[in-house]
This record gives sequence, structure tokens and C-alpha cells, in this order.
Amino acid sequence: MIEVDRVGRSFTVGRGRARRTVHAVRDLSFTVGAGEFVGCLGPNGAGKSTTIKMLTGILAPTSGRLRVAGLDPTRRRTVLARRIGVVFGQRTTLWWDLPLKDSFQLIRYLYKVDRNDFRRRLDELTGLLELGPFMDTPVRQLSLGQRMRGDVTAALLHDPAVLVLDEPTIGLDVVSKVAMRDFLRRLNAERGTTVLLTTHDLGDIEKLCRRVMLIDRGRLGFDGTLDELRATAPGEESLEDVVARLYTGPAPDAPAPR
Amino acid sequence: MVRTYLLLAWTWLRASAQYPVSLAMLTLGSFAVNALDVAAVWVVFQHTETLAGFGLAEVMFLYGTADMAFALADMLFGNVDRLSAHIRAGSFDVMLIRPAGTFVQMATDRFGVHRLGRLAQSAVVLGIALPALEPGWDRAWMIPVMITCGVVIFASVFTLGGALQFLLTDAPEVANAFTYGGNALTQYPLNVYGEQLVKAVTFVVPLAFVNWQPALYVLDRPDPLGLPHWLRFAAPLAALLLALAAAAAWRAGIRRYRSTGS
Repeated sequence: MIEVDRVGRSFTVGRGRARRTVHAVRDLSFTVGAGEFVGCLGPNGAGKSTTIKMLTGILAPTSGRLRVAGLDPTRRRTVLARRIGVVFGQRTTLWWDLPLKDSFQLIRYLYKVDRNDFRRRLDELTGLLELGPFMDTPVRQLSLGQRMRGDVTAALLHDPAVLVLDEPTIGLDVVSKVAMRDFLRRLNAERGTTVLLTTHDLGDIEKLCRRVMLIDRGRLGFDGTLDELRATAPGEESLEDVVARLYTGPAPDAPAPR
Repeated sequence: MVRTYLLLAWTWLRASAQYPVSLAMLTLGSFAVNALDVAAVWVVFQHTETLAGFGLAEVMFLYGTADMAFALADMLFGNVDRLSAHIRAGSFDVMLIRPAGTFVQMATDRFGVHRLGRLAQSAVVLGIALPALEPGWDRAWMIPVMITCGVVIFASVFTLGGALQFLLTDAPEVANAFTYGGNALTQYPLNVYGEQLVKAVTFVVPLAFVNWQPALYVLDRPDPLGLPHWLRFAAPLAALLLALAAAAAWRAGIRRYRSTGS
């Protein structure tokens, strides 16, 4: 479903003499199969968001090859947009001044969702995420938890095969977090939607992800199951300590030149 | 594309209706500010019979056509010049995940009817100028053509300005020199400016085709600078070339897009 092959993305920063090239992502390779639930960890500035942006067609990679649902995200951006759902924890994709239900209606038109499919999916999502009471509220008046549920609904109305979430639980209270996790787990289990999420919350990883990837300094530092992750640091009690040790360890090796 | 445009524009209109007072004030304000522009033309003609060889009705014709083209372009596409604000806020990322063109989404962003104020005012000016000039139908056919071309030219300049912001996120005002500056420039007979400037806006940034060259045809005037006669029919070609350049620049900008941190 997602194929990343020796992908790199560099940025030129600064001006004149201070000009230099920053490699946000370098030589990153991994694949995600249909129906997988993958969590992406990594310190701030490790390249997680850059990776997500390349997968969703926001950023063009400077090197390597990318395929999502069989499509090149940069070249086929608008086609891909109909097949994937994207949620940014840090910003909304809804229309600030419109009531929630109007935002959804607009999404139906933009994504050309069949009227009956839309009705059915919206009813289902409204029930699961308990959106009913604030469907008529303008998005700007929603609390963060309500808005996030709205954002997740918006990302799923066109029934995407892949759902990509960039820090979906950031800033949510405990109850909202649990509700969000339950929803994502059911989505993956019952509908078979492929889910890729980035997070700093290890609870997300423990509760949800069968597979964990760690991106560190633009490279893949670890890729495996949760148990394999724990096994990298025998003796450490909590997952937090295991991950902290990985973060502070030596940089992942560059893959051997082919 | 047109369907998406109408859909998004309608959405933003409904969103702006959430603040009806603001909407009314902006519309009135836009009308009033532009009325001051007309007043300036009138003041000039209190001191002189002609401006660079053009009478009051002729100058008002030039003014009205330039403003009508600009008002339409500004209303339909002018929002693309707010690109850098969207890039900095990260909301441009959101546009990129939608199954719609970024240009349509930018153009309709916060679409509002408050810009109708300017359009109404240019219609009033033309409503005064045209009966005074009474151009024959053998020449008046050029008027809708020139306004259409003017809209395309101004829209292309807006787009070029927007595309520039992919590179210069910090300097959105650079483009204003050509958009709002271009509008101010074309409000008067071009021969009041120096010859070098007229040649620049004829052959480099083709603002002379917004109204000046086709207007010479409508008014049946010889070119004061002696430029070739065929130029007054070249507006559609100039508009097409500029639109192609603008589209290419926008695409190049998207490829160079760097997003923000986080």
C-alpha cells in the first residue's frame, strides 16, 4: 500500500555564506502492506512530518521513489487525495467559520462521494465519534477534542484505503484520547483501513500499533513489532526508557552502498 | 474546475455571511475608496481641458475599463496574493491534501462580494463615459474583448505574484507593485508616462493591452508614440501568453514548495 524506496528530502536554508543543505530525510526505505497499523516514532525534527508530507503529496522528494496506493504522490496528487485520508493533529482541515455539517457537505462535493454512501458513512461516524450534539456549531467554537473528531470524520467520509495521521492525539484529554484510540483500532480491524500515524505518545504505540518504525535523523532507526522494540533494550522496565535509549543512541547507520 | 470554483466561492460567501456587518462595511468601503480615485480624475480636469491629448470622457473610458477589468480579476482571482500567509500558517498544506487544484482553492479563499463595490463603481464611470463618447458599433465591439483580456492579464499578474511567494515567503508586497501598481498605471492615458515605461508595459509586462492599445482603436486615435497599428488588436495574444507564463510559474512554484516545520 505504501512503498518508500531510498527516499531523501533536503532543504537549503540560510542565505549567502550561511547557506547550507539540511537533509531532513535521507535514504529512507520501507513498505507498508494493506491493512497494517503502523506507528511512527522519532524525536522532534527527526523527519517524521517530512515523511508524512511526502507520502501525502504535499512535498516532493528530492531523491528516491515513492508509491502510495500505487500512485506517485507528487505527480498524481489530486487522484491520490481521493484514496487517502489525512489528519493533522496540529491544524484543522475543516472550514473555520462553517458549521461542522456544512464542512462535511462540502467534502462530499469535493471528493465526489455518492449521496447514499455519504449519508450512511456520516451517520455511522457521527454515532461512533458522538458528533451529533455539535453538528450545527461553527468549527471555530469547537473544543480541541470535538474538532479532532470532526477532522477524523472529514478524513474518512470518502472511505479512503489509507489513513495517515500526524500526531492525532496531541493535546487531547485522557477520555478523548481513549475514545480516539478505540475508534482507530476498530476502523483498522473492521474496515481493514491501512493506518499510519506519527506520535510522541507511547500510549498510542502500546495500545494500537502492531508495528513500530523509529525515524531518527532522517533515517529508519528501527522497524519491527512492539515486542522486538522492547527486546532492543533488555532490562529496561518501561517502553519510555526503551525508546529514550534508542533516541540517545548512535545515529542509525547509512545503508551500505549498493 | 469551474464547478469546484463555484462550490468553494459559495462556501466562503456563506462563511462571510456569518459576519454581516463586516461584509456591508467592506463593500461600502471599497466603493468609497474607489470613488476617491474618480474624484482625483475630476480634480485634474478642473485645471485642464485635456490630459496628454485626451478629453475627460476619454480618460474616464480608460479609467472605467481598467478598473472594471481589475475589479473582476481581483474578485475572481485576487486572493492568490495571500499565498505566503497560507504557507506560513501551514494551511497551504491542507489545500494540498484536497482533490482539487491549489490555484482554484487559493483563488476562492475567503471569496467575498465586498469587492463588488469596486466593480459597481467602475460600471458607474463607464456609464458616464460611454454615452458621452458614443462609439459606433463598428468599434464598440472591442470593449467586451478588451475587458475580458484585461481580466486575464490582471489575473495572470496576480498569479505570477502568488507564484513568486513560493520563493519569497517574506515579501508578498513585491507583487503588489505589479497588481495594484498596474491598475493605477492603466487608469490614465499611457502617454502621460515616459516612452520607455510605455514600451516596457507593452512588450515586457503587457499591461498596455489591458485598455490602452484596444482603447486607441475604440476611440479611433493614432498612437501618440507611433507604435505599430496592429498592436491594438494584439490584446488576446498578449493575454494568452501571459496566462501561459503564469500557469507555468505556478506549477514551478508548487514543485519548489517547502512547507513549514512540524
